[in-house]
Amino acid sequence: MSRPRSSRAALRRRSCWRWAIQSGLALAGVGLMLSSALASEPPPQRQRELTHLVRQECGSCHGMSLQGGLGPALLPADLRDKPADGLAATVYHGRPGTAMPPWQRFLTEAEAAWVVDRLISGFPE
Amino acid sequence: MRILFSVLLVAFLGACAGTPPLRGTGDLALIIERASGHVTLANTSSRQPYARIGGLGDLSHASAVYSRDGRYAYVFGRDGGLTKIDMLAGQVVKRIIQSGNAIGGSISQDGRIVVAQNYKPGGIKAFDAETLELLAEVPAEYAPGQFSKVVGLADSPGNKFVYALFDAGEIWVSDFSDPRRPVTQRFPAGQNPYDGLVTPDGRHFLAGLFGEDGVAMLDLWQPQQGARKILEKYGRGEEKLPVFKMPHLRGWSVAQGKAYLPAIGRHEVLVVDVATWQEVGRIPVRGQPVFVMARPDGRQVWVNFAFPDYGKVDVIDTLKGEVVSQLAPGKGILHMEFTPRGENVWLSARDDHKILIYHTENLTQIGEITADAPSGIFFSSRAQRIGF
Ligand code: HEC
Repeated sequence: MSRPRSSRAALRRRSCWRWAIQSGLALAGVGLMLSSALASEPPPQRQRELTHLVRQECGSCHGMSLQGGLGPALLPADLRDKPADGLAATVYHGRPGTAMPPWQRFLTEAEAAWVVDRLISGFPE
Repeated sequence: MRILFSVLLVAFLGACAGTPPLRGTGDLALIIERASGHVTLANTSSRQPYARIGGLGDLSHASAVYSRDGRYAYVFGRDGGLTKIDMLAGQVVKRIIQSGNAIGGSISQDGRIVVAQNYKPGGIKAFDAETLELLAEVPAEYAPGQFSKVVGLADSPGNKFVYALFDAGEIWVSDFSDPRRPVTQRFPAGQNPYDGLVTPDGRHFLAGLFGEDGVAMLDLWQPQQGARKILEKYGRGEEKLPVFKMPHLRGWSVAQGKAYLPAIGRHEVLVVDVATWQEVGRIPVRGQPVFVMARPDGRQVWVNFAFPDYGKVDVIDTLKGEVVSQLAPGKGILHMEFTPRGENVWLSARDDHKILIYHTENLTQIGEITADAPSGIFFSSRAQRIGF
């Protein structure tokens, strides 16, 4: 799991444990975990490609402004209370029996997680 | 000489008053620029743009219909905007926000009622074509408290509108003989109709089904017989390919007694005999078809595709029953529109920010128009067609 959220949770557990032993090491650990969380962010050029994919291609069903169409709205208020992992799995594998197709040919699981993370926090233009 | 003089005088006075020269509207085009909320107006004879209008809101999946004189275009935006545009003056006449989430519209046989179809709140709304005043609405409430998204809205003779309910699996026919008191009939159709069309003669309504194999068909001359399924055995038991964009039926094709329809979940065009409604062939193509459109004379059928194959266009020769040309016109080909007699076709290349104009006989590009992420192209010649 390289998703920022779960790694943040892991980070909290980890650093508490280390704090008990030695705070200096804990700080080093924090730095390490943070950089590995950032490593799951796609590079800027790829982020732009993914943003275009979501606005244009996902937009054909969810609306370019993501307010919904044949597919449901994907605005922060619609997704906030849903488990991010499940949403990322929906993007990656699709939902059989519905019109939501799998996108695994066009993005990785980590990128699907990044897209969901962006959707939840407010998708860039 | 006298006549010449008066013509000159009229022209001179016209120029003084700042009025544009008189012209008809039969050869005009409206191009949706989906990302920026603009439309570009163009002349299909000179193949040049002549006006650009902004402020139309979210135009993804936007479409347009025309008043019967071809003077006014009604543009239906995704955000529920309905804008009436004067094609000659090149300006907005009136704009209203009629719902939260719309997906196109239609105009009545007599040209007096413009109807919008809405996803949210699901249903249709009828407006006075002159003033855009709300006349009536038909909520798509198929069970108490349950509303469906509406798709495939088309006009049919008798000031009727036919449409399908995605979530309810029904076809509804609303009769607007009395524009303020529509009367609606309901017909079970099949699972998840995703789009619909009326045949060029206005007799049959077809709804493509996403949730099951087949197409639902309602004979509007004999609606009491109910909707029946055609192409039912199509693709039974075969694994479906993912569909990254829903096909559109609106621009559909009847040529030489056969209908050409996009298959769903298969890279094929289905050929149906319109006398018997039996499948008579399948033509392999290079992707999930989105628009399958016949040149007005029916000799060719042009096919564009869903992501990721939307850089391609296949041209079918209807005499041979096969693809005879595989084109790669540009990036993100979203829509195609033929000139009324078919000598040219305009293609929108969204990611090239261009409209590409092709000659349909020799398949070469003869012109282009710059536009910001263009999607739909709507020619004023639609004003005279049933189901457009
Ligand atoms: C062909 C139409 C279509 C396209 C294109 C499409 N979706 Fe969907 N999507 C749907 C439908 C329909 C659903 C609802 C499925 C259901 O009924 O559970 C859905 C559901 C979802 C959900 C779950 C929402 C929720 O509230 O549970 C997410 C997230 C999602 N889509 C993201 C995307 C992303 C990201 C893309 C582009 C990479 C995309 N979709 C492209 C049709 C589509």
